[in-house]
Amino acid sequence: MIDTTTKIASLKLRNPTILASGIMDEDAGSMKRIFDCGASAVVTKSIGLESRAGYPNPTFAELEHGILNAMGLPNPGINEFEGEIRKLKDSNVPMIGSIFGSNSHEFVELSKKMQNYGVDALELNMSCPHAKGYGLETGSDPKLVREITSKVKESTNIPVFVKLSSNLTDIVEIAKAAEDGNADGIVAINSVKAMKIDLELKMPVLANKTGGYSGMAIKPIGIRCVYEIAKNVDIPVIGVGGVTTGEDALEYIMAGASAVQIGSGVYYRGVDIFKKICREMECWMENHNYTRLSELIGVAHK
Amino acid sequence: MNSPQIAKITEAKTENKDVKTFMFEYPKKMIPGQFFMIWIPGVDEIPMSVSYIDKDVKGITFRKVGEATNALFDLGKGDKIGIRGPYGNGFKINGKQILFVGGGTGIAMLAPAVEEAGINNISLTIIIGVKNSSELFFEDRFKKCGAEIHISTDDGSKGYKGFATDLADELLSKEKFTSVLTCGPEIMMKSLLDLCKNIPFQASLERYMKCGVGICSQCCIGEGLRVCVEGPVFDGKTLRNIEDFGVYKRDATGRKIRF
Repeated sequence: MIDTTTKIASLKLRNPTILASGIMDEDAGSMKRIFDCGASAVVTKSIGLESRAGYPNPTFAELEHGILNAMGLPNPGINEFEGEIRKLKDSNVPMIGSIFGSNSHEFVELSKKMQNYGVDALELNMSCPHAKGYGLETGSDPKLVREITSKVKESTNIPVFVKLSSNLTDIVEIAKAAEDGNADGIVAINSVKAMKIDLELKMPVLANKTGGYSGMAIKPIGIRCVYEIAKNVDIPVIGVGGVTTGEDALEYIMAGASAVQIGSGVYYRGVDIFKKICREMECWMENHNYTRLSELIGVAHK
Repeated sequence: MNSPQIAKITEAKTENKDVKTFMFEYPKKMIPGQFFMIWIPGVDEIPMSVSYIDKDVKGITFRKVGEATNALFDLGKGDKIGIRGPYGNGFKINGKQILFVGGGTGIAMLAPAVEEAGINNISLTIIIGVKNSSELFFEDRFKKCGAEIHISTDDGSKGYKGFATDLADELLSKEKFTSVLTCGPEIMMKSLLDLCKNIPFQASLERYMKCGVGICSQCCIGEGLRVCVEGPVFDGKTLRNIEDFGVYKRDATGRKIRF
């Protein structure tokens, strides 16, 4: 019997595949469907204090080796989102509440509300590459990352994960700042800042001009980041970026991740990608005589 | 690849004061009920159902109702738009006698389905429901398919005075239809579903969309059903189990907006 259960802080998961933020997570029904398709937990869409419409379309374009998007953090605001979380809570789906703010006060207020609504853990979005005043703009300052993380930790009692960007000179410095702020885990990476220009129209395709690149193309960047982070911090790491197959997931696990998140993979392989990836991981493990996934976490560091 | 392909509008036709048809070269295979994401450069990108299907040439027919469609309405022959798709499932066209019910601009996307049913020698009855007769279009196109056409107008300016659903109620009690296909205001389609107790039913839904390919969940209804992938056409059995149907949609922020 192959054991692929995993644990991140106090969060026990039936397998290492988690739905990444921003994909199929605007409403309880979508997240329930993804859980039923095999994900062990779901991360909500990133939620802020007030409602945001995000950017006009085009917000999405498929490129040669990945997906470019600039949604612009659309969300109905934390108060409106309560209903979705409570509804999902009734279905017993492990939920990680993703939030974004521009300072520690906002993050704390959002965290408390998320916790009250019933999420099992928090993910602090400090890495969205295309929203002015939020995301990467908060997540590139180690002092701010540490302050936000510690303030959120002081005011909540559920695991707190910090999601980082690869668009940093030194991702380890920021990961350490989150660890110093008592984060329970690091999530890496968010989509990579990118652009697509249409030759016929001679203009960027996305309405916001720049966006975040995700999918297969960014996997090597994610692997490198997870490897460096895992080597330098003592808290668990969740790997994200281009996970499309069981072997991709295992690569992140070997780099030091305790679990992976899947987003663009839903586009490439359908909503049941979670089950597919789990089956592929089990198959690989069986062929290589491993019975517990935990044996493989970080083996590439030896 | 799901990136916009730039196409020139090869033909522009004004259907009535607020409705236009654009034709463009787009040689991908598609079926009635499927849709495109249409990029109006510098303005927006919006989902739009196909209204003309030929091997190499496709068409869209739309009413100006907002910023994006107003900007699109101002374009004409030779102007460039971005197109991706086709997306979605489309209609299943079968049976012996189909009742089509189109409300407002919904009639535009039913047209290719009517034509295909006509080619397959299915008996065709169409109800076109509009507020007043100035909003009508595609009547001649349906006549060419050999369809029996019924018109309802809210103000009685042409045909039956009242709602398309009242007219449908009358026809459904008189004739034995093997299926009902509809597109129009969701409240109308919900009333129609209530009338079609044992008759196979298909309705095309409209939702605000972003990705169009099933990942952003902007257009999801019920338990994660993606209007852009599992829809936009849903059958009666599915719709009866979706609490959103005819009740609310979501705006760009994800907030529920009641119809």
